[in-house]
Amino acid sequence: MALPDKLVQEFTELVTHYPERRAGLIPALHRCQEELGGWLSPQVIEDLAAFFGLEPVEVFGVATFYPMFRLTPRGKHLVSVCHNISCTLRGGEELLAHVCEVTGAPVGGTSPDGQFTVVRVECQGACANAPMFDLDGIYHEDLDAQKAERILRSVK
Amino acid sequence: MKEFPKYLLNRIGVADSHTLRAYRSQGGYQAIEDVLRKPWTQEQVIGVMKDSGLRGRGGAGFPTGMKWSFMPDITKDPRPRYLAVNADESEPGTCKDRVLMERDPHGLIEGCLIACYAMRSKAAYIYVRGEYRLSYNRLQAAIDEARAVGLIGKNILGTDFSCDIWMHKGAGAYICGEETGLMESLEGKRGHPRPKPPFPAGSGLWKSPTTVNHVESIFNAPFIVKNGAEWFKTMGVPKSTGNFLCGISGHVNKPGVYELPFGLTARQIIDEVAGGVWKGRKLKAFFPGGSSTGLLPASMVDVVMDHDSVKAAGSMFGTAAMIVLDETASIPQVMDVTARFYDHESCGQCSQCREGTQWLHQIFRRIAHGKGSPADLDLLVSLSNGMAPAKTICALADAAAIPTLAAVKHFRAEFEECIRLGRDPLRQESKTAPELHEAHA
Repeated sequence: MALPDKLVQEFTELVTHYPERRAGLIPALHRCQEELGGWLSPQVIEDLAAFFGLEPVEVFGVATFYPMFRLTPRGKHLVSVCHNISCTLRGGEELLAHVCEVTGAPVGGTSPDGQFTVVRVECQGACANAPMFDLDGIYHEDLDAQKAERILRSVK
Repeated sequence: MKEFPKYLLNRIGVADSHTLRAYRSQGGYQAIEDVLRKPWTQEQVIGVMKDSGLRGRGGAGFPTGMKWSFMPDITKDPRPRYLAVNADESEPGTCKDRVLMERDPHGLIEGCLIACYAMRSKAAYIYVRGEYRLSYNRLQAAIDEARAVGLIGKNILGTDFSCDIWMHKGAGAYICGEETGLMESLEGKRGHPRPKPPFPAGSGLWKSPTTVNHVESIFNAPFIVKNGAEWFKTMGVPKSTGNFLCGISGHVNKPGVYELPFGLTARQIIDEVAGGVWKGRKLKAFFPGGSSTGLLPASMVDVVMDHDSVKAAGSMFGTAAMIVLDETASIPQVMDVTARFYDHESCGQCSQCREGTQWLHQIFRRIAHGKGSPADLDLLVSLSNGMAPAKTICALADAAAIPTLAAVKHFRAEFEECIRLGRDPLRQESKTAPELHEAHA
């Protein structure tokens, strides 16, 4: 298998932003994760390695360093709940418990219906609007149990 | 509190403040036009930045103009040079750069152009944390708008100044907010900080001269160029000039991001700006500038919020991200959370940090859960002294160790009580989430 043409074209332009091709790797990992099912499969890692002229293990080494990259499949929706200090002080742990209850997913796992994966994340920079979660790339801030439930049910 | 002049957040009140039209209608891009048309010399731009006394807003408070002046003389060193903008806002409690990037992205871009002109950089890379999708999209749209009208690219405004600005997305690693970790990451590698020297101005991105500046520092540049160093120095205090963005969070009535002059006390900020401690409770403690800055007890709330005064009080001004704890907050639990963060974020290169952050986390965790032993407090202190100051490649170990020492110093009695009782009397039982991987908890 190879990367879709659309991504190859995109990455070919992307690497022109930098004096060295490899600099495009992390943005390219993001794009692959966005476009190819929400995670980075071993095949994608190999395809990216080929594009960047690197060994697959080098790409794997980069991907495993960064918490935003997922190396296992996930549910249809990804809920990232902040559990750092400002959120914890304003009910972040209770919010997390509630998110698990509403979605049926344990922390770090996926709900039986495959709809939601729930993860704990460190500070997301929404401290003045705590507690918060990120749902599929959109921040939801100043949350309470009712508001969280409404948001989660709206995508279910 | 007296009224004071503001400039950082003045533009964000108008409709579509993130667009070129709105930015131009409020005098945007006049500073770079003036620099290019007059033209100013590079030395003049660096001179006004130095004279303004602007100190970097990313945590260390290093003078921005001085940093710019470290770039080598182009006649002796013709290597290409780069500006990297640190938009990896990840210090817990810090949520201010987001406001600038989402709502006034052109202000940052104009700042980048001025900085690149002054340092003769051919390109700027704005390294935004991956989670900040709206910041990224707004900045990218602003770059596209600016490029379309000849403000970015070759021969800007018909002059011989050429400069590219590129967006670059990080992927959730706190350590990439450290300037050399950021450069490694930008080069497509794991974000392992580099030993210094060499310093970035001598050998940075792709072994070329590089300056890494924080978003809010760069954002100040057009204002200083346009209004002058004397204007800038009318705000703040003599050694911390201008205004700063203060993100205040935790147990206050009105958490938010506020533009403030240096020189107010922490008490004024908590009570008069952020509406006071919430629920009518009393203040217990506060982090003055993010979780890497030592916790200060309520008795020190009259500390003046500027770089030198907070340092004299035994903490740091940091990113001015104040995190407020009320009387019901448990210090062992707070330290458990912050120690977990540094444990999670250590890159693992230096043993003191890789092992030390893990140990600190384990010890705070057991104390917070009533399983601490009387020897733990001395162990925290001896571990911290083995990690900092300046014993590792970068300052992450210091960021974990120094607040640990502060917490033990100011709240020793509370830790001792948890250990003696075998439980944390301030712990409130609440619903806990089911974990898939127990190891992560």
